[in-house]
Amino acid sequence: MTVVFQRTSGLTEKPFHYCPGCTHGVIHRLVGEVLEELGVLGKAIGVAPVGCSVLAYDYFNCDMHEAAHGRAPAVATGIKRVHPDKVVFTYQGDGDLASIGTAEIVHAAHRGEKITTIFVNNAIYGMTGGQMAPTTLIGQKATTAPYGRDANHAGMPLRVAEMLATITGAVFVERVAVDTPANIRKAKKAIKKAFEVQLEGKGFGIVEILSTCPTNWGLTPTEAIKWLQDNMMPYYPLGNFRTPEEAK
Amino acid sequence: MAKARGKVTFREDLCKGCELCTTVCPVNIIEMDRGRINIKGYHPATVKEMDKCIGCGNCATICPDVVISVEREMEK
Repeated sequence: MTVVFQRTSGLTEKPFHYCPGCTHGVIHRLVGEVLEELGVLGKAIGVAPVGCSVLAYDYFNCDMHEAAHGRAPAVATGIKRVHPDKVVFTYQGDGDLASIGTAEIVHAAHRGEKITTIFVNNAIYGMTGGQMAPTTLIGQKATTAPYGRDANHAGMPLRVAEMLATITGAVFVERVAVDTPANIRKAKKAIKKAFEVQLEGKGFGIVEILSTCPTNWGLTPTEAIKWLQDNMMPYYPLGNFRTPEEAK
Repeated sequence: MAKARGKVTFREDLCKGCELCTTVCPVNIIEMDRGRINIKGYHPATVKEMDKCIGCGNCATICPDVVISVEREMEK
């Protein structure tokens, strides 16, 4: 018998602390697998965010650094400039990257920092208890929007991938989802491409990953996947928004 | 035609009973073991009819907690 699937050496043996059915675990595994396949585990440095994935440094089997809320791209910028031969990535959620960290991500992309950002969009603040995030959908209930998000009051949800694709320094921008095995395989390809862009020294790469939050959405893991497909995918279309070829 | 025969192994103590693996199995052989609970307090996912497994790896691909490993061989 040949092994088709086994735990990647890109992850430590520590069990994830995430809620049942939370797709953070899938995304952690994909990043670990990509680092392993590219053979860069020994020279990878990750920057963990604040949010549910604040403990990401326990799970990735490479050097890790913790950043203040939203500041992972700034910390990664410093690391990459001091160690240009290392592979530097940030792992951030939507509360971290699209809210308090918007300035950092926009300007890291604007400067064309040669780092890779893994952006997990689950349309809510997870760790702090389900508050409204910039990415929360219209009508979606959150603890700070008990009647659902109102566009007049809170604006429309922020499409981060489209926004960053307008910036010249961002050479690889793609949105993927982890709702089905087929989409998970596509997500892995996009993450690999984003790291390859960095290894080739082309510039900033970001992969936005649509993810679930069964606990704060108030759904079972299976219902949450369906909700992602029915509600998030129409507003956040999957696809590539920028490739190094277009950025020239 | 060569037929694929698979074998899946569950690290049951990592399972959080989210049931996502049961939704993606093309031969519907994964079920939650209602008769047992694991160290985390969940009913773990398990396979009773392993001879039906085709080793596609869908369950392991969607598992958020890296519980599952998959092996496969082609039958002549």
